[in-house]
Amino acid sequence: MATRTRISASEITEKVSQLCMDANFNLNEDVLDSLRDSYEAEGSPVAKEVFAELIENAKIAHECQMPLCQDTGVAVVFVEIGEGIEIVGGRLYEAIHEGIREGYKKGFLRKSMVKDPLNRINTGDNTPAIIHTEFTPENCLKISFMAKGGGCENMSRLAMLTPADGREGVINFVVETVKIAKANPCPPIIVGVGMGGTFDYAALLAKKSLLRPLGTKHVDPDTANLENEMLERINNSGIGAQGLGGWITAMAVHVERHPCHIASLPVAVNIECHAHRVKTITLVPY
Amino acid sequence: MSNVIHLKIPLTDDDVVNLRVGDRVSISGIIYTARDAAHKRLVELIDTGKELPFDIRNQIIYYVGPSPARPGRPIGSCGPTTSYRMDVYTPKLLAKGLKATIGKGNRSQSVIEALKQYKAVYFAATGGAAALLARAVKKAEIVAYEDLGAEAIMRLEVENFPVVVANDIYGNDLFREGVAKYERK
Repeated sequence: MATRTRISASEITEKVSQLCMDANFNLNEDVLDSLRDSYEAEGSPVAKEVFAELIENAKIAHECQMPLCQDTGVAVVFVEIGEGIEIVGGRLYEAIHEGIREGYKKGFLRKSMVKDPLNRINTGDNTPAIIHTEFTPENCLKISFMAKGGGCENMSRLAMLTPADGREGVINFVVETVKIAKANPCPPIIVGVGMGGTFDYAALLAKKSLLRPLGTKHVDPDTANLENEMLERINNSGIGAQGLGGWITAMAVHVERHPCHIASLPVAVNIECHAHRVKTITLVPY
Repeated sequence: MSNVIHLKIPLTDDDVVNLRVGDRVSISGIIYTARDAAHKRLVELIDTGKELPFDIRNQIIYYVGPSPARPGRPIGSCGPTTSYRMDVYTPKLLAKGLKATIGKGNRSQSVIEALKQYKAVYFAATGGAAALLARAVKKAEIVAYEDLGAEAIMRLEVENFPVVVANDIYGNDLFREGVAKYERK
C-alpha cells in the first residue's frame, strides 16, 4: 500500500479555527503550574494578590469560554510540514488564514490587525497571520498557534553585539531589555532569547523558543545554565508581577542558539506576557 | 494588605486627596473607555477648541479595547492596555478636568507632574486579568467613534471594579517604590 500523504485544506481550516479559540480560552497547564508556584514563592503581598487574580482569571476564562486577555493577539503560526505532504482542496496558507478568520469570529476574539503600519485601518478578521514554515522528514503536518499580545511584543529588542561582548554581553543585553520594559509587558513574563544566526534569524529563534513548555530544562546543559543565570539576574531586578515590585518578574527564560558569522553575535529578546497562549496540533495524512 | 476603599463616580477632590499609592480601590459607577486612536481624536478636538463627545470633568478614563461581547453579555474580556502610549495625551485631558485614568504599567514623569498639578490619580488594574475584570462590568454602550471598532469610546457601568492606586496627587509612584523595595543588588 502506498504511503498516505494527503491532508485536506478544510481540515486545516477547521483545526486552526479551534486552536485560536482553545488558546485564548484555556491556559495551558504548564503556565498555570508556573503561576501557582509563583504565588507560593512570591514575597510581596501586592504581587501575591496579582498571582491570585491571574489564577482566578484563568478559571473564569475556561468556565465562561471567554478570552484570558482582551488582546487576543496577532496570530503567529508555526508550521512543520512533512516533505511528502500534499494539501488537497486548497492551499496551505489560505487554509490557515481561513481558520483564523473563522476562529476569531466564532470565538468573539478581538481583531487587532491593521492593514498598514501607518494608515492603520483594521483588516476586520485578524488576518494576516505571521506564518513560519519548516519542512521535516515526518509524514505529518504540525501546526502551533500562538496568540501574541501587542503590549509584550512592543517591549522586545534586538542587538548586533560583537564577538568580544561574549556571554556577559548577551546576559547584560537580555537583563537590560527586561529592565527597560518594566511593568509594560505584563510581568510575570517569559523571556525568549535567540542568539546567533543573522539579524532576522535571531528574532525567529527568540520567538520559537517560547514554544517550549514552561518548567522544562534546555537539553544542552550550557544553555540551561545560561537560562538560569539570566533568570536569576532578571528576578533580582525587583520589577515583580505587574511591575509593582516583587521577586518574580519572569517565570522562565528560554534560549536558542545557532551558528553565526565570524563577525557577528546577534541577540534577539522576545518578551511574552503571562497570558502565554500556545496550542499545537498534529494532522496525519489520509 | 490594606483595606479596600469604595469609590463612587464622579470623583471629587475630597476623594482623591485621601488616596495614597498602594491603596486598593473598588470603583462603582460610570467609566469611559479610550485607547490610542480615541485619544488622538480627543486631543485633536481640544487643540482645535472643540467640544469633547462627553463631559470628562470628574470622570475616569479606562485604557481598554475589549474583545467583542458574546450575545447576552454586556462586554467581552476587558483588561487594561499599556498606559505609556497615552502619556503624550494625558496631561491635556487632565487639564480639562479628568480625575483619574486606569491602565497598566508605568507613567512618564510629565504625567506624574500633571497628576499633582490637576489633583488626579492613576489606577493600575491587573493586565491580563481580562475575564475577571469583565465580571465587574454591568452595562456597556458606545458613545463615540464607533468606526474605531474595539477602540471606540464606550460608557461602562461598573460595580466593584478592582484597582490599586499607582500614582497619587502627591507625586508618589507605586512602581518606583515597589521595585526599590524588592530589588536585589
